[in-house]
Amino acid sequence: MKVIELKNLSKIYNPDTIPVRAINDVTLSVEEGEFTAIVGPSGCGKTTLLNMIGGLDISSEGSVDIGGVSINEMSESELTTFRLQHIGFVFQAYNLIPVLTAKENIEFIMVLQNRDAKTMQERSDDLLDRMGIKDQRDRRPSELSGGQQQRVAVARALASRPKFVLADEPTANLDSGSTEALLDTMAKLNKEEKITFIFSTHDQRVIDRAKRIIKLVDGEIVSDEPR
Amino acid sequence: MILYIKLAWRNVWRSKKRTWITASSIAFSVFFACLMQSSQLGSYDNMIDNSARFFTGHLGIHQVDFWEDQIIDNSFDQQALFELDLTNPSILMGVPRLSSFALASHGDRTKGAALFGVSLEEEAAFSYLERKLIKGDYNTERGVLMAAGLAANLNLNVGDTLVLMGQGYHGVNAAGKYSVTGILKFPIPALNQGAIYLPLETLQEFLSAPNMISSYSILLEDSQDTEGMKAHIETILKGKELGVMTWQEMLPDLVSSIELDYYGGWVILIILYVVIGFGIFGTFLMMIKERTYELGILNAIGMTKRRVQIMVAIEIFLLIFLGVLLGVLMATPIILYFWSNPILLSGDAALAMEKFGYEPIIPFALNFKIFYNQGISIFIIALFLAIYPMLAIKQMKIIKALKE
Ligand SMILES: Nc1ncnc2c1ncn2[C@@H]1O[C@H](COP(=O)(O)OP(=O)(O)OP(=O)(O)O)[C@@H](O)[C@H]1O
Ligand SMILES: [Mg+2]
Repeated sequence: MKVIELKNLSKIYNPDTIPVRAINDVTLSVEEGEFTAIVGPSGCGKTTLLNMIGGLDISSEGSVDIGGVSINEMSESELTTFRLQHIGFVFQAYNLIPVLTAKENIEFIMVLQNRDAKTMQERSDDLLDRMGIKDQRDRRPSELSGGQQQRVAVARALASRPKFVLADEPTANLDSGSTEALLDTMAKLNKEEKITFIFSTHDQRVIDRAKRIIKLVDGEIVSDEPR
Repeated sequence: MILYIKLAWRNVWRSKKRTWITASSIAFSVFFACLMQSSQLGSYDNMIDNSARFFTGHLGIHQVDFWEDQIIDNSFDQQALFELDLTNPSILMGVPRLSSFALASHGDRTKGAALFGVSLEEEAAFSYLERKLIKGDYNTERGVLMAAGLAANLNLNVGDTLVLMGQGYHGVNAAGKYSVTGILKFPIPALNQGAIYLPLETLQEFLSAPNMISSYSILLEDSQDTEGMKAHIETILKGKELGVMTWQEMLPDLVSSIELDYYGGWVILIILYVVIGFGIFGTFLMMIKERTYELGILNAIGMTKRRVQIMVAIEIFLLIFLGVLLGVLMATPIILYFWSNPILLSGDAALAMEKFGYEPIIPFALNFKIFYNQGISIFIIALFLAIYPMLAIKQMKIIKALKE
């Protein structure tokens, strides 16, 4: 099943002044269960592409369908609710709400979704367990290492049972040990639970773990290969 | 909702220093404003109370023409009132009074004097007249109590005899000799230089106006509750040639000077609030600026802007509430203390107050309205200033916020 379908997608920044064509005519689809890396040199458009897939930014041309639903015409608040229900996000760093504990951060999304307390409790316990951060559950982000913070972020992204998880350079701020550990967990979730991950990176070790590699140069796909 | 409150509460305490600075600046202004208003309202109460007790009552019943033309011929027979039932839980008490003017002489000195015929016993409770006695005896059957200034001008002392001459009821001549039994000292110069108090019957006899009184002054439980009671008494007085007036009608100058002072106080407070307002605004500005990235993340992961706004609004509310609460908590014991122990002025300040006819004290009012006024004012200001963070959230662009 297709979870993402992009057709002739383009993004032009500053169309009225000095136009920058950050994404140029990208057509692409992602199937459920993929573990896909979007790679390319700095400034090639990785973040821009992920933002449009995630409904954080709107395209200038072309269309974005998520699970068969077009998000192009959605209003801002519709998009926000759509993101809440269907997409998990992991950002490069400082993902978490500083004043909430790890567990509360994970449950945050579910509270926004109006889940009942028991479901939240079970889900967050389960995720904390699987992310290997059970002992850190009551710590605030400032008391966690960068790697632990990113795991909480992944757990939070998964808490809502999204169609897929978007991660923009999730390991950029991590040392190699933490990077390995985070990727191990993500790969395991992908393998065992068919969770779809799309992440951007320019770290070769991360690229090596991907099952599909989409290479961007100057906003265009130059290669798209399985590994 | 619990989540919002939890988030807001923790966010408030995130930068403790800023929270304390903001809360204490709000607290300080609330504290100052409460104290100021308490002393203002306290002095108004005191002024109204003094004037009502001494002169007009909170309500005054007169013959309909009396207030326009305050002459002895416009007095009325107190019998008319005895027939009526004026008892009411809002009415504390009432006293009959007869007033007139006469020439007062002793030896070769003569001065104009205001004569007040009162029931000395009731007056002791109504206007605390007895407390003004500095010499001699208060209770007298045939004698007079003289204001100290007038007594000095006439070179009179307790035991001396005074001659009064004037015009009685319907133009008859009035003349009599009275012995001075007591000296009264009034803070108000006009009274101190010219007042003579006599037992009511003595004055009625002097003026050949038996049973006549110029006014029946009424003291109410609540000095502000005049309109309702006025209407009530008017229905009772229906059919009589009598009218009832409120102290506000009888003392328009007092009303306007109170209003002037009250609004003058508000001007000071508004200036204070504008200054504090800038401080609060600075805090709001920082609250949003520092957290753009974080608010962007919240919006990105699915918290609608409306929800982000609610969270920040609760945070703002908590912060303001903390400040107001702190201010009220600081002000309350002080107001309570000065309410039961008014500040006694001395020296020049005291003299100046006395010159204007006021007691040289700064009484404080204990009135919920004070706290309410200040609390509401701060909240209105905060509400107004909160437009900025609310708009900033509304206009936030996630992509931009995430780049912060
Ligand atoms: N808001 C913007 N206004 C104008 N140009 C922009 C804006 N955001 C990004 N760009 C430009 O678009 C292009 C793609 O940027 P993008 O951030 O998507 O690259 P990236 O591949 O994520 O880079 P990096 O690896 O450094 O994160 C760049 O040339 C960038 O300068
Ligand atoms: Mg990027």
